[in-house]
Amino acid sequence: MAPRDDGIGAAVRRKEDFRFLTGRGLYVDDIVRPGQLYAYILRSPHAHAEIRAIDTAKAMRAKGVVAVFTGADMAKDNVGSLPCGWQVKNKDGSPMNEPPHPPLAVDRVRHVGDPVAVVIADSREAAKDAAELVEIDYRPLPAVVSVAEAIKPGAPQVWDIAPGNTCYDWEIGDKAAVDAAFSRAHHVARIELVNNRLVPNAMEPRAAIGDFDPASGEYTLYTTSQNPHVIRLLMGAFVLHIPESKLRVYAPDVGGGFGSKIFHYAEEAIVTWAAGKVKRPVKWTAERSESFMTDAHGRDHVTRAELALDRDGKFLGLRVSTLANMGAYLSTFAPCVPTYLYATLLAGVYTTPAIYAEVRAVFTNTVPVDAYRGAGRPEATYLLERLVDVAAREMNIDPVEIRRRNFIAPDAFPYQTPVALQYDSGNYHATLDQALKAADWAGFPKRREEARKRGKLRGIGISTYIEACGIAPSNVVGALGARAGLYEAAEVRVHPTGTVTVFTGCHSHGQGHETTYAQLVAEGLGIPIENVEIVHGDTAKIPFGMGTYGSRSLAVGGSAIVRAMDKIIRKGKKIASHLLEAAEADIEFKDGKFTVAGTDRSKTFAEVALAAYVPHNYPLDELEPGLDETAFYDPKNFTFPAGCHICEVEIDPDTGVTQVVNFTAVDDVGRVINPMIVEGQVQGGVAQGIGQALLENCVYDENGQLLTGSMMDYTMPRADNLPSIAVSTHTTLCTHNPLGVKGCGEVGAIGAPPAVINAIVDALSSYGITHIDMPATPQRVWKAIQDARMKQAA
Amino acid sequence: MYDFAYHRPTNLADAARLAKEAEAKLMAGGMTLIPTLKQRLAKPSAVIDLGAISDLVGIRVEGGRLTIGALTTHADVARSAEVRRTIPGLADLANGIGDPQVRNRGTIGGSLANNDPAADYPAAVLGLGATIQTNERSIAADDYFKGLFETALKEGEIITAVHFPIPEKAAYAKFPNPASRYAIIGVFIAKGPQGVRVAVTGAGNGVFRVKAMEDALAKNWSADAINDITVPASECNSDIHASSEYRAHLIGVMAKRAIQAAG
Repeated sequence: MAPRDDGIGAAVRRKEDFRFLTGRGLYVDDIVRPGQLYAYILRSPHAHAEIRAIDTAKAMRAKGVVAVFTGADMAKDNVGSLPCGWQVKNKDGSPMNEPPHPPLAVDRVRHVGDPVAVVIADSREAAKDAAELVEIDYRPLPAVVSVAEAIKPGAPQVWDIAPGNTCYDWEIGDKAAVDAAFSRAHHVARIELVNNRLVPNAMEPRAAIGDFDPASGEYTLYTTSQNPHVIRLLMGAFVLHIPESKLRVYAPDVGGGFGSKIFHYAEEAIVTWAAGKVKRPVKWTAERSESFMTDAHGRDHVTRAELALDRDGKFLGLRVSTLANMGAYLSTFAPCVPTYLYATLLAGVYTTPAIYAEVRAVFTNTVPVDAYRGAGRPEATYLLERLVDVAAREMNIDPVEIRRRNFIAPDAFPYQTPVALQYDSGNYHATLDQALKAADWAGFPKRREEARKRGKLRGIGISTYIEACGIAPSNVVGALGARAGLYEAAEVRVHPTGTVTVFTGCHSHGQGHETTYAQLVAEGLGIPIENVEIVHGDTAKIPFGMGTYGSRSLAVGGSAIVRAMDKIIRKGKKIASHLLEAAEADIEFKDGKFTVAGTDRSKTFAEVALAAYVPHNYPLDELEPGLDETAFYDPKNFTFPAGCHICEVEIDPDTGVTQVVNFTAVDDVGRVINPMIVEGQVQGGVAQGIGQALLENCVYDENGQLLTGSMMDYTMPRADNLPSIAVSTHTTLCTHNPLGVKGCGEVGAIGAPPAVINAIVDALSSYGITHIDMPATPQRVWKAIQDARMKQAA
Repeated sequence: MYDFAYHRPTNLADAARLAKEAEAKLMAGGMTLIPTLKQRLAKPSAVIDLGAISDLVGIRVEGGRLTIGALTTHADVARSAEVRRTIPGLADLANGIGDPQVRNRGTIGGSLANNDPAADYPAAVLGLGATIQTNERSIAADDYFKGLFETALKEGEIITAVHFPIPEKAAYAKFPNPASRYAIIGVFIAKGPQGVRVAVTGAGNGVFRVKAMEDALAKNWSADAINDITVPASECNSDIHASSEYRAHLIGVMAKRAIQAAG
């Protein structure tokens, strides 16, 4: 039989695109509930202040206002703290400092944008008008915004329970082994760098509607979430004390998340609680400026690192010390990002035998920082791939050659790193070779010379990265401090005529699950893709789910679907054996048919489904009617996508403007289900990676005011900032999940930034420039050139 | 936004009368006013939308000058054959303002009345030595720009058109703010009936001319002629995107690029 054009490996056009491209998507803000009210949230204008008094009397009397609530009102109702889902331990084994996080601040505000009160009115405008009548008496306090300042003695303290503004002081690896490695090093390469703070900026701002039905006592939260069941669990169990059986969380179409919509946010609890108070639906939709100051930010590390090498450029040991900004509160998964998603990746694709990393997480008067596309892995990759380049340059070894000398060999898998992870598969030489060829690495000197004649400085940079996806075995993450399991659930419901609805606990907000999963199911059950519907996002429909993040939807969610399909097929064989009067062991399932082995006697998938729902001729004594199976899949390990990105830039030395002129990505994402969707994911990830490297930077002034609070000052990448990106894949299969898949959602954002910066440093190497921090803005590049010229002249 | 009265007069006389009201705001394309209103940063008693006054729209060449009606959009200037033929540098400038949405709504009159220190049009108007026509008088460009968001316009005075003398050579070179795409530095250089003029936007509190460059270029029209001429950094703004030193440097770079583009 010819390969299907709608199964695994086919570039099927996205089923969801018709509704998106024709404006028929349904987003939270599109939903209007009968009697719906609107919430406006008053936010702190101060980075740090004591709330001395709040007077809501005038606002309560304003036109159209139904209610005004403050943190005190929520506290009176015993509303709990927004919980943190991961507890990291200090070096001495004690738990991290974990401050409370009331949805509305009670007596202190700790960042600009911290919610203080909510006005609920019959229109947005009325709520905003009334909000101006709320009188809040603040006593401003000194604020601290950078990690470097926050750890200084005498710095303003964000939390009394966190002396020195320290959340935790954590370590991983064998310090003594690393010290020994450095003592015998031929060369030590050093780097100090900043991983710049980013504002996620999903296209759709966050929104939430709380709804309460007094008749049933049921609450519904419509929200822009990547993981509605997680929100139901956190908000129901910890914040509002609503049993899961009385709480539905529905995340309909969501316009991008990039991590920022994983977390349980204050506004979700505020509108749900308020709906119960006022007995009417309450909607809140963020304005873009609110997104800037309330969506969890990403990255924000300051790191010093040293790499010990032998005479031949072999890595002997790596020592890393990182300060990670947590912001003012612990967002849902914040503590695990700069620890278990960061330092565990510091082996990279290399055989470095000894690694030690320490990470101090620090509170500041800024928006909380949490997972953002890549989450920890971009920070690890950027650090490592910059440091490897620095070492290569200092030792006068070609940057490609130094990587080859240190790669984990293709036959060395499973490979145990010194920082906890065990890689199951990969071929780093193969992705490197494919990328070098695709990028015409060998032809670069000629292109550099040609650019020189045009007055441009041309540079080439490489990164050979690895990341960990498909988070992760529940017992492992539990031991590391996760307060949740990280399996995924799927229900495959076969209807009487043989069409199928799949309920998945993952959520699609741009990833194309409705297509990729449908391809899996069409192939697995041998039915046309048109007969498969994918349902996600609604706790009322889906058995359970941990959601979408960390490129886990296929590796974990897809595996759950496969497991549920296995159950369907097993039951189908029993039904078919009855219908065909053959032994169950003799029934084979292939291409949508149950066949008695070695004969032409068969029943189609649809015939078996019909028999299950119309069980006139059916083994009712042994088998229940119906064909509907649920599976929970707990992954056996992380998956380890890896690859090679090569970037070429041209710099205008007169202005400092960097143009990315070529970008090549060769990624091993395991088995590819839909190559078009994989390419789109890589393109988008690389765009964000180039954005971080060249453009994006979240800047606070020293008083904690957000200077980049809008698109006027925060530089999002645009089409004219980006080159055509040459994307290809080289596959080694994941060995521990049924599909052999690894994940592709984050590779671009992880692999790209060091490739870009390595290219810029290469272009500027004639000036003796050895490092430039991200984002390499025109001003920064120009300044580096000016400073270098002055140094050269002196 | 706060409540306000909305007027949409169909002739200039009505607009002028309505504009006399205290706290009334004239609106052309609304590209600055509307975001300001939405953010509740302005609370006008009335907004007078000039969009229905058809006399204010149009581009024509007569009497050796190019006249652009105040309500003509950037997009119309960018694609106008008359502008392209007479002052191609002006069409290029219009084509580089904001994004397509802004270019299809924003107008030359609105931009000049607002006089944002990083707007593009003020550089062209001052660089070309244009004349601002209002419902009351004509104002020479050299007398029009008065610094940060300040102009010679009196309360309620309405720009109706801009008259540009047609230069022998002219071009605009802009270094955009990477985020907003306003000018970090924009330099408009023209050689025409009023001699050589060099106008810089984005650098300071408002558009200004660089006399030293004009003198040098009058003697020797080449990029090399201004090699040694710098605007002091102390006269330039500093922000997160560009220090005053960087801005001062970019004035030189952009000026040379404008000369080269002008040919």
